[in-house]
Amino acid sequence: MKRPPIYGLLAEFDTPTELVTAVRKARAAGYRVMDAYSPFPIEELAEALHFHDRRLSMIVLGGGITGGLVGYLLQYWTSVVEYPLNIGGRPLHSWPSFIPVTFETTVLFAALSAVLGMLALNGLPMPYHPVFNVPRFALASRDQFFLCIEAVDPHFDREITRRFLERLDPQSIAEVAH
Amino acid sequence: MSTPVLEARRDSRPPVIAPGHTFETVTDRISRVVLRRGTPRGWIVGFALSFCLMMVLFYSVAALLFRGIGIWGINQPVEWGFDIVNFVWWIGIGHAGTLISAILLLLKQEWRTSINRFAEAMTLFAVACAGLYPVLHLGRPWLAYWLFPYPNTMGMWPQFRSPLIWDVFAVSTYLTVSLMFWFVGLIPDLATLRDRSPSRIGRGVYGILAMGWRGSAKHWHRYETAYLLLAGLSTPLVVSVHTIVSFDFAVSVVPGWHATIFPPYFVAGAIYSGFAMVMTLAIPIRKFYNLEDFLTMRHLDNMARVMLATGLIVAYGYMMETFMAWYGGNPYESFMILNRFGGPYAPQYWLLITCNVVIPQVLWFRRVRASIPALFVVSLIVNLGMWLERYIIIVVSLHRDFLPSSWGMYSGSIYDWSMFVGSIGLFLSLLFLFIRYLPMISIFEMRTLVPGAEVKEETP
Repeated sequence: MKRPPIYGLLAEFDTPTELVTAVRKARAAGYRVMDAYSPFPIEELAEALHFHDRRLSMIVLGGGITGGLVGYLLQYWTSVVEYPLNIGGRPLHSWPSFIPVTFETTVLFAALSAVLGMLALNGLPMPYHPVFNVPRFALASRDQFFLCIEAVDPHFDREITRRFLERLDPQSIAEVAH
Repeated sequence: MSTPVLEARRDSRPPVIAPGHTFETVTDRISRVVLRRGTPRGWIVGFALSFCLMMVLFYSVAALLFRGIGIWGINQPVEWGFDIVNFVWWIGIGHAGTLISAILLLLKQEWRTSINRFAEAMTLFAVACAGLYPVLHLGRPWLAYWLFPYPNTMGMWPQFRSPLIWDVFAVSTYLTVSLMFWFVGLIPDLATLRDRSPSRIGRGVYGILAMGWRGSAKHWHRYETAYLLLAGLSTPLVVSVHTIVSFDFAVSVVPGWHATIFPPYFVAGAIYSGFAMVMTLAIPIRKFYNLEDFLTMRHLDNMARVMLATGLIVAYGYMMETFMAWYGGNPYESFMILNRFGGPYAPQYWLLITCNVVIPQVLWFRRVRASIPALFVVSLIVNLGMWLERYIIIVVSLHRDFLPSSWGMYSGSIYDWSMFVGSIGLFLSLLFLFIRYLPMISIFEMRTLVPGAEVKEETP
């Protein structure tokens, strides 16, 4: 596929409400490949983008189950198989005393998979991204709200998309270089 | 209708953020503390003092490594002294940070937003101080890695039926998860600092730490999921950590330790001392950095209420210990309580009751909760009281147990004191560095409290 000459068009808005409205209108106009940028999480934005990702919860569940199994089996193997010690005549497989460590490893593995899973799914760390080429984008981490319609969208056209974005009454529109 | 009355009642409480703030002012106000040119003189003086205290710690640790733990006051029968007292004290202080950041997040308590970052940092540094003591108490701290299960040429494995190994797992998991929770919370704010830092070095360092965060809606969506899951995981974790710390005592047969009330009573005590420490630190910081807009009287009032509630649970714990000593009919238990009341450590015991039970009752009064000097003094008293509590639990139970022939006395040596004071220096030094180089209030979460942050639905 031929690479489009630019990454996309970036429109800037003043308030979260304007951004959410803009995303809804862009969806209605048929645009699909786009992303919105805000200085804080906005629940309505993911909904407006029809973005749903349940994978992270599954990753964390998997991590927790793995952690629990690893913790318990480690204790079972060391205490029963590899290094059996008679402590006050207790059975070698004294499972109640294995619970605290099992709990801790469950939490540890689940938390690690939550953090690493979130970063991996988000593609972070990412040393370079085209949106940072727009100087005003520095305000996305302060007080401005951005919508980027990407050039790979089938409906994207430099002129038509620009006119569409202008009708949304943004603060500014910028072309995003690669 | 009742609605206006409710509205009026809600309005009568101070707000969680002073009126008139926008996304812009919130961002600038908090990031200015980090990005300003030049360091305030107060910071330099404070850091220098803390740094000196930290050197006292390093000196004491060096002396300990050269001469062994005989330089401490511990003896037979009191094998646990200041080291374990300080361990439990510090780790308890850490618990308030997790409580504020995780449990209050799940309970949708908006007022937590301006204190959570700061309280989480406090958790990390307190747990770092706590972790020092058991490791140094090993006698040969350079072999501390023997505590972890790893295949070794000795063919040995840890003893998983011992609460002390549970402690290793609990504390190391707690430190790791707290660090991740804190760092994940920092990522969006690091991006803000990257975008606003005037210096190249600042942009570079904050840029690397922010990992290319750009505030994408898709990222925020997964970020929020991860943050909520971490909060959900930290909540049982924090309860488990102090429960396991209390198991170090409760699983033994020593009079005064072998009690089923220990886990809940330890957890409540941890939160109690932690909130006291948050208050002790927050009051001077909000004054010094003029953050009264974000750390309002509402926060101090709420923290005072939490202290009052957890203080009452702790008081209930003291009552139950006494009651069970009588009701249980075990002569060693009842002797232990009488020894606490009137034995050689009675002055410390009654000071503890005064600090933890009697004086904090002033928090019932609204006027006290509205007075900053009074709250500061009460928080210091509770910190002292909670330290004494651990001292009493450990020393009084050990110094006179079953056989009078093996009774003894304990007092901290100069090195015990220098390590304790030095660990406060370590804690404060880390805190000063944190305040200078990272945003002490979560900027992105404060933005969500600004009135314009809500998406208004247009009627079509």
